Amino acid sequence: MTGQTGAGAEIVLRLDGITKRFGALTANDAISLTLRRGEVVALLGENGAGKTTLMNILFGHYVADEGGISVFGAPLPPGDPSAALRAGIGMVHQHFTLAEQMTVLENIILGTESLLAPRSATATARARILGLGRDFGLEVDPDATITALSVGERQRVEILKALYRDAHILILDEPTAVLTPRETEALFGTLKRLVAGGLSIIFISHKLHEVKAAAGRVVVLRGGRLAGERIAAEATEAELAELMVGSAVPVLEIEPASPGPVLLALDNVSARASRGSQRLVDASLALHAGEITGVAGVSGNGQSVLAGVIEGMVAPDAGRLVVADVPVEAWSPEIALRQGIGRIPEDRHATGMIADMSVTENVVSERYREPRFSRRGLMDWSAARRFAASLIAAYEVKCPSPDMRVRLLSGGNMQKLILGRALDGAPRIILANQPTRGLDVGAVAYVQARLLDARRRGAAILLISEDLDEVLSMADRVVVMSQGRLSRPVARGALSTAEIGAMMAGRNMGATPTGEMVHAA
Amino acid sequence: MEAFEILFQASFWVAAIRIASPLIFATMGELVCERAGVLNLGIEGIMVAGAFAGWMTVYLGGDLWFGVVVAALAGALFGLLHGVLTVPFGLSQHVVGIGVTLFATAITYFTYRVALPQVTSPPKIVSMQPLPIPGLSSIPVVGEALFSQTPLTYLAFLAVGVVAWVMYRTPLGLALRAVGENPAAVEAQGISVSAMRVGAVMAGSALMAVGGSFLTLSAFNSFFFEMVNGRGWVCIALVVFGSWRPGKALLGAILFAAFDAYQIRLQSVTGGLVPYQFFLMLPYILSIAALILVARRATYPKALMIPYQKGER
Amino acid sequence: MRLEPRTDATLATTLAYPAAAFVLTLLVAAFLALIAGANPFAVLFQVLKGAAGSQFALLETLTRATPLIFTGLSIAVAFRAKLWNIGAEAQLYAGAVATVLLGTGLLPLPAPLLIPLLMLAAVLGGALLLLGPAALKIRLGVDEVVTTLLLNFVILLVVSYLLEGPLKDPMGMGWPQSKRVIADAQLPRLIQGKRLHFGFVLALASAVAVWLIMTRTTLGYAMRAVGANPQAARFSGIPVNRVLVWTALLAGGLAGLAGFSEVAGLKGNLTLDLSSNYGMSGIVVAMLAMLHPLGVVVSAVFVAGVFVGADAMSRAAGVPSYIADVMVATALLTMVTAIMLSRHRVRWR
Repeated sequence: MTGQTGAGAEIVLRLDGITKRFGALTANDAISLTLRRGEVVALLGENGAGKTTLMNILFGHYVADEGGISVFGAPLPPGDPSAALRAGIGMVHQHFTLAEQMTVLENIILGTESLLAPRSATATARARILGLGRDFGLEVDPDATITALSVGERQRVEILKALYRDAHILILDEPTAVLTPRETEALFGTLKRLVAGGLSIIFISHKLHEVKAAAGRVVVLRGGRLAGERIAAEATEAELAELMVGSAVPVLEIEPASPGPVLLALDNVSARASRGSQRLVDASLALHAGEITGVAGVSGNGQSVLAGVIEGMVAPDAGRLVVADVPVEAWSPEIALRQGIGRIPEDRHATGMIADMSVTENVVSERYREPRFSRRGLMDWSAARRFAASLIAAYEVKCPSPDMRVRLLSGGNMQKLILGRALDGAPRIILANQPTRGLDVGAVAYVQARLLDARRRGAAILLISEDLDEVLSMADRVVVMSQGRLSRPVARGALSTAEIGAMMAGRNMGATPTGEMVHAA
Repeated sequence: MEAFEILFQASFWVAAIRIASPLIFATMGELVCERAGVLNLGIEGIMVAGAFAGWMTVYLGGDLWFGVVVAALAGALFGLLHGVLTVPFGLSQHVVGIGVTLFATAITYFTYRVALPQVTSPPKIVSMQPLPIPGLSSIPVVGEALFSQTPLTYLAFLAVGVVAWVMYRTPLGLALRAVGENPAAVEAQGISVSAMRVGAVMAGSALMAVGGSFLTLSAFNSFFFEMVNGRGWVCIALVVFGSWRPGKALLGAILFAAFDAYQIRLQSVTGGLVPYQFFLMLPYILSIAALILVARRATYPKALMIPYQKGER
Repeated sequence: MRLEPRTDATLATTLAYPAAAFVLTLLVAAFLALIAGANPFAVLFQVLKGAAGSQFALLETLTRATPLIFTGLSIAVAFRAKLWNIGAEAQLYAGAVATVLLGTGLLPLPAPLLIPLLMLAAVLGGALLLLGPAALKIRLGVDEVVTTLLLNFVILLVVSYLLEGPLKDPMGMGWPQSKRVIADAQLPRLIQGKRLHFGFVLALASAVAVWLIMTRTTLGYAMRAVGANPQAARFSGIPVNRVLVWTALLAGGLAGLAGFSEVAGLKGNLTLDLSSNYGMSGIVVAMLAMLHPLGVVVSAVFVAGVFVGADAMSRAAGVPSYIADVMVATALLTMVTAIMLSRHRVRWR
C-alpha cells in the first residue's frame, strides 16, 4: 500500500553474503540484501528462519563468519553495536529494551551524551522528544515512568529512541506481535510518515497480510537462506506463504467437537501477578470435556495471570475454582496436578524445564513422589530413566540419552518433553499456554496434533496463544482477553477477524455472534 | 534519665559522626556497585586492605592524603579483580565476593607480617586532626558534631553529594542506573555493559577502601587485625535499608552510628548491670531488624546479581 | 567477549583448567615467599612436608580437616539449594554451646547414650540457628546473606557472654572458657596418644550420608531442583519453601556437628578460639569440591594441609603463616574461574 518501491533511489544499506554458524547449525547462509532510501522492505520468515540472527549481525551483537555490511557506501565494522548506531541504524527489538523504573526521557537520552558530561541536558532533550512525537505521530509524555505506559506507548518510546539519534535506517523486529489491530494500523501510519521523511525501514514479520500492507518489497528467508524476493503489491499471500514454508501450507483438518460436561470452571475469579502489573478481573470460564477453548488477545492483557491461576502458581484473590463440580479449597501447583491438570507453561526455559538437570530429572519433576518413582523417600532412578526413555520415544524427542542435560536440547525438543510430561497419564484438563511459540513448522504441527488427540479422547483444553491464527484454527470456542477481562465465549467461525480484533482492543466485549465466517489462515 | 541525657551531649554526636564516616564511604561504594547490578561481598576485605594501605603509606613517610589515595587505588585494584570475575566471566557474585574478602584480608595480614615481623604493639602514626570550620563549628551541639571533625569526615559527606549528583544528574549516572535495571537497554544504546559494570565496581571498591583508611588515618592511628570487624557487612545492610538511594543510605549510616555511640555510653551509665556483650551485639541486631522492616517494600535494582551476556535478551 | 556453553568438553579440557588454577595458586605462593625474602621452592617444600611429610604431619592435617569436612558439607548442601548460608561459623558455635551445656555433667549418662544425644543437641543447635534466616527469607524476602553474616558476630558475642558468665569454668583461673566435658562425652582418639579423633570418622560418614541424601532421596532431588531453578521447581509442584526449611536444618545441623566434634573430640571445652574461621573456610572447601559431598572430603584435606603445612613452614622458614590464607583464597578464585572456563568456550567477538 505504501506505493513507492524506491527503485533507483540511493542504496543506504547493503548486506553481502552474510553467513553465520552456531556449531552445526547454519543460522544464516550467504544472505544478501539491499535497502534503498525511502522504502519499506519486509523480511518475512518463520521462527528460526534466521531473521533475528541476521539483524543481530547487522546490529553488531554477533559477528558474521563470512560476508560484509556497508551503510551509505561505507563498510560497517563488525561486532560493534555503537558503530551501527553511529552509522545511523536504529533497531526496535521484539522484546523492548527499556529500563522500566526510569522515565521516557531517561531511556531516550541514555547513551546519546558524552559519559563525561557534568550534567544531562534534559530541557533541550525534552523539547526535541516532544517535537519528534508531533512530527511522526509518536506522542508520549517524556516524564512518565515506563511502567506506567501501555505496550503501544512503549513501542513509541523505542522508535523515538532511534529517531532521537538521527537514525536513517530503522529496523523493526516483529513490531506488531504486541499490538492490537488498531495500534498496528497506527504504527503503519507512523511508518508512512517516516519513509516520507526520508527514512528507510526493514520490517521483520511472519504475518503475511501485514507484510503486504506495510512493505514495498518483501524478502523471504527460509531455513537460514534467501528463499525469494517479491514486490509486495504484486505477490499473493499464498505465493509468499509457499516461499516462507517451502511447501503448501498445511491446513488443520478438525472434526467438529462433541463437548461433554464441564471439567473446570472459574467462577468470578480475580487475581494479580506477584510481580508486574497484570491482572485477572472477575473472570468466569467453563471448560468442557472434548473441547478446546481458545484465549485470544494481545500479550500482556492478563493471559499469564489466567494461566497462573490454572497452573496453581497464582492464588486467586476472589472467586473460586470448580473441578468436575467440586469446588477446590486450597490451590497450589501440587493440588492442580493432583486434580489432573496437565500444564504446558508459557516460558519453557524459565518455568518449564530445569536446564541444568538431566532429561530424566526433568520429566519426573511433577510426580517424583509417586510410588512408581520413589518409595519411603528413596528415588528409584532406574524406573525414572525408563520413564524418560519411553517419553523420548513416544514424543519423538531427538536426544541421545535420558542422562543428557536439558540445556543442550533444541527448543522444539524441549517443548516435546514438556508436552510428554504434561500429557502423561491422560490428564482430564489441559492448559496449553503459548504451546507453539518459537517452534519451527514441524514442531508446531506436532504439538497441535497432540493437543487435538487429547481433545479427541475427551480432555478439556484451554489454549492461550498470542497467535490469533492459531487460536482461530484450533479452538472450538474463543474467548477474548483484554485488560484482565474475559469476553463471553463465541463459537468458532461466529465472528470475523475484525470483530475479534475490536474485542482485543477492549471494545464490544459482550459481542453476540453475527454469523459471519472467520477466515483462518 | 542519664540514659536520655546522652542524646544532648555534643561529645556523643561528635562520636556518632566519627563512627559514621567510614560507614558512609563504604555504603556509598556498595551502593554504586549494586546500582550497577553487582553485589560486592568483597567489601569487608577491601576495607581491611584500604585501612592497611593507607596506614602503611603514612608509616613509610607518605603524606596523609597520599595515604588516602593509595588506599583508593588498592581498593580499585581489588574491585578490578571482583569486576572481571563477576561481569565478563559471570561467576557467582556471592562466591567471588567472599573470595575477594578472604584474599584481600589474607594478603593484607601477610604483608603486614612481612613488613613488620618483630613488632608486638602496633606502631603509631600521626593521624588526621580535627579541622573545625570557623563559625559553623561554634553552633551548639549540631555545629560541634558536624563541623569540628577531621577533613576525611567532610570528604565522606562530600562523597554522598557527588555520588547523588553523578547518579541523578549526569549521563554517566543515567547509564549506571540503567545498567543495573536493564543491561540490554544500555547495550542497545551502544554503551558497553561490561565496561560500565567493571568501572562501577572499581569506583565503588575505591570508596570502600577509603572508608577502611578512615579507621587508620583518622579514627585511630595504627593498624591492627580485626579492626574492620564486620563494618563492611553492616554497610551491605545499610544499602538495603537506604533503598539504594544515597540520601537515605547516609541517614541510615548516621542512625546506625548514633546507635553504636549510644550503646557505648549506655554501658558506662548502666554500670555493668547488663553484660557488655549485649550492648556490643545491639548494632548487628539493629541491622537485621532494619532489613526485616524494609524487606517488604525493598525495590531492588532489577538486574542485581544477574550476569549479562552480550546480545542476550 | 562472549561465553558459549561447551558441548565438546573432553577429559583434557575438564582437567587442564583446574590444573592451571592449581599451578597459579602455587605461583602466587611462590611470589609471596620471594617477597618475604625466602626461597620459594624451599617454602613450598616445607609446606608440603609440614602437611604430609610425616605420620605426625598427616594426622595433624586430618585432624584439622575434620571440622572443615563438616562445614564444607554444610555449605555444599546449602549452596546446592541456593541458600546462601555464610553463617556456618555461628552454627558451629551453636553446636559447641549445645555440647557444652549438656556434656559437662548435666546429663550423667554412659557414653553410648550420651554421645548420640550430644550430637543430636549440636545438630539442633546449628539447625535452629539457620532456621531463623531461612524463615525470614521465605516469609519476608530478607536476604539471607546479610542476616547469616551478621549473626556470626551476634553469636560470638553470645558465646563470649556465656564464657564470662553462666558457662564460665570456675577453675579456669579467670580465662573465658567453659568447663571440660565429662569423660563419657569425649570421643575416643583413633590412635593412642595422637590428636586424630573419632570425629574424623563421623565426618567421613556424614559425607557419605550427605552424598546419598543428595543423589538417592526425594529430598535431595528436590533440593537440587530448587537450587537449579526455583520457579520451575515450584511449577512442578515441588514444595519449595518446605525444601528450603529442610535444607536449612540439614546445613545448620552439619555445621553444628563441627562444633560438637571439636569440643568432644579435640579441645574438650569451649573457648572463643574454638574455630579458626572454619565457617568461611568451609565455603572454600565446598566450592573447590564443586559442591560434591565426597569431593568435600578431598578439598577439606587439601585446605587443612595448606594451613597445617604453612604453620610448620612458618616456624622453620620464617615466612608468615598467613601465606596459607592467601593460598586458600587464591585457590578459591582461580578454581571457580577454571571450572567456568572448562565448561564454556570464550569467544572474543
